Amino acid sequence: MVEWTQEERVIIKEIFSKLNYEDVGPKSLCRILVVYPWTQRYFAHFGNLYNPEMILANPKIANHGVVVFRGLEMAVQNMDNIKNTYADLSKLHSEKLHVDPDNFQLLADCITIVIATKMRSAFTPEKQATWYKFLSVVVSALSKQYF
Amino acid sequence: MSLNAKDKSNVKAIFAKAEPRAEEIGVEVLSSRYSRHCISFICLFILLLLFRLFTVYPQTKSYFSHWKDFTAGSAEVRKHGLTVMQGVLRAVDMMDNLNTSLLSLSELHAFKLRVDPANFKIISHNILLVLAMLFPDDFTPDVHVSVDKFLAQVNLALSVKYR
Repeated sequence: MVEWTQEERVIIKEIFSKLNYEDVGPKSLCRILVVYPWTQRYFAHFGNLYNPEMILANPKIANHGVVVFRGLEMAVQNMDNIKNTYADLSKLHSEKLHVDPDNFQLLADCITIVIATKMRSAFTPEKQATWYKFLSVVVSALSKQYF
Repeated sequence: MSLNAKDKSNVKAIFAKAEPRAEEIGVEVLSSRYSRHCISFICLFILLLLFRLFTVYPQTKSYFSHWKDFTAGSAEVRKHGLTVMQGVLRAVDMMDNLNTSLLSLSELHAFKLRVDPANFKIISHNILLVLAMLFPDDFTPDVHVSVDKFLAQVNLALSVKYR
């Protein structure tokens, strides 16, 4: 059972309240597809992923970026029960999408980098520590239904 | 995963950028090799990187049990941060020959410091993060992948003498 302090809850909600999903969603996906190009295997059906400009212009990527962040929002709204909240999503990623769970950490790292470009010096070490804890719980929950 | 010409040029360009924040940092020029702006960039980087490492990944402090002060203003943190950054900048200069040029550093980390190489990945991620914070418009996905590849090569070169 993950314990969150009041301060940690405030930090996570505050970071999310400032995010524009239409902006950070596609940027995070673009970053993982460029920095770790083997992840493109999961998006072969999205069409043109040839270079960063084309990835960012791809409407399926834009849409899916928002989907990812709406998924993260579910965890923000259920911080005391992320494991159960993500049970179905975890099964989906395992049984239907067949995503190697190592990729969850790669996407988490890319999301963190994009948020750092937005928040800059406001992304203090204390906020980073809380953010890191939150994403670790998310990654763990998403990996739970893999057998 | 080797560095191509574009990767090398991306890495050199991003590390050469300087932040004109000397007033906030106020550190003496330690070496004539670096301009004042470059030193202030290094110091800003140090403050952002090393203190961040100790806060977010407290297990990294286990290698510095002999230090008294892990706060941002600590002389020990600043001095060691400068050492680390000078090492990284040296690696940028010697990008074409990392295994040879980092050999003595690899021996130091392997035989004397005995740092678990898993920590190289942690520090690499945080170098990327600090670059993203300092240069959000320049740290594009293309530059990100180049620097990530470069840092992976540095980590490999540092690990060469481990076993």
